[in-house]
Amino acid sequence: MRVGVITFPGSLDDRDALRAIKLAGGDPVSLWHGDHDLHGVDAIVLPGGFSYGDYLRCGAIAAHSPIMSAVVDAANKGMPVLGICNGFQTLVEAHLLAGGLIRNDHGTFIRRDQKLRVENVDTVWTSGYTQGQEITIPLKNGEGGFIADDETLKQLEGDGLVAFRYLEVNPNGSLNDIAGLRNARGNVVGLMPHPEHAVEPGFGPDTPAAMSSGTDGLAMFQSVLAATVLS
Amino acid sequence: MPKVIVEVMPKEVLLDPAGKATARALQRFGDGEITDVRIGKRFEITIDGEVTPKLLEHINEVAKDVLSNDVIEDVISIRVAD
Repeated sequence: MRVGVITFPGSLDDRDALRAIKLAGGDPVSLWHGDHDLHGVDAIVLPGGFSYGDYLRCGAIAAHSPIMSAVVDAANKGMPVLGICNGFQTLVEAHLLAGGLIRNDHGTFIRRDQKLRVENVDTVWTSGYTQGQEITIPLKNGEGGFIADDETLKQLEGDGLVAFRYLEVNPNGSLNDIAGLRNARGNVVGLMPHPEHAVEPGFGPDTPAAMSSGTDGLAMFQSVLAATVLS
Repeated sequence: MPKVIVEVMPKEVLLDPAGKATARALQRFGDGEITDVRIGKRFEITIDGEVTPKLLEHINEVAKDVLSNDVIEDVISIRVAD
C-alpha cells in the first residue's frame, strides 16, 4: 500500500511520518504541496510542523494550497487521510473535520509524553487499537486547544466522532479533553499528539519497561495498511 | 491604488491567551484602568482598479472563507480605506 506524506513549506515531521509508514510495512511516498495530483497513493498523511510559518492561522494557508483540492476530493470519496498536529489543524481549516484549534490556554508551547484514550476504533486509522485502549505518544504544540460551539460539540460526542481524548492532563485547554477527531465515514482522522514519534524502540516515550521504548503510535499506521480502501 | 480594509477578531466567547498576556503586561503601567485586551487582525488589501460592488462581494467571500475561520473568529468590518 502506497501512503503519501505531503510536505508543505515549514513541515517538520514529514520524514518521521514517512519512516513510520515504512516501519509499519507500507510504501511511503513523498508528495509536494504545489502538486495538483496525488501520484496514485492509497492513503495520505498530513504531517506536523509549522506550514507557511503558521501565518494567517495554523494550517489555514496549507488548507488552500494546490494539492489540497485533490486531498479534499479524495477524502470525500473515502481515501484514508490522517492529519497530525499541524496536519490536524489543516484538516480542520479544510472543513474535513469539525471545530477549530486555538492557542493553548496557558499561552505557552508544550512538549510532553501524553497519555490518551482511544475513544473510537471504527476508523481506518484506529482499527488496530482496542476500544478504550490507553496509549502514550508525544505531544508538542503551541496551538492545540480544541474548540467548537455547543451544538457541534454535542454532535461530535453523540455521533462518536471523538477519536482520542487526553487522559490525566489536559495539556492545552481542549474542550471535553478532545485530542483527536474522526469524520462520520471513518476515513479521515486528525489528532494533535504525534503517533509518528512513537514507532520505534529507542526513540519513543519512556515506558515502565525501558527508557524511550514506547511504540504506541505504530498501530495507527498499521491500521491503515490493514484496511481496504473504502469506496 | 485603493485599499480595502478587513478586520477580524477572535470570537468574544473564546479565550484569547495572547490578549490576556498583553493585558497583564499593560496592567503593570497606569493605575489599573486597563482591564482587558483582545488581539485581532487587520488586512490591508490593495486593489488594481476600481472597488466595485462585485469586487467587494468577492472580498467579502474571501474574508469569510480564507482570512477568517468562522469557528473561532468574526469578520467585524470590511471597508474601503479613505
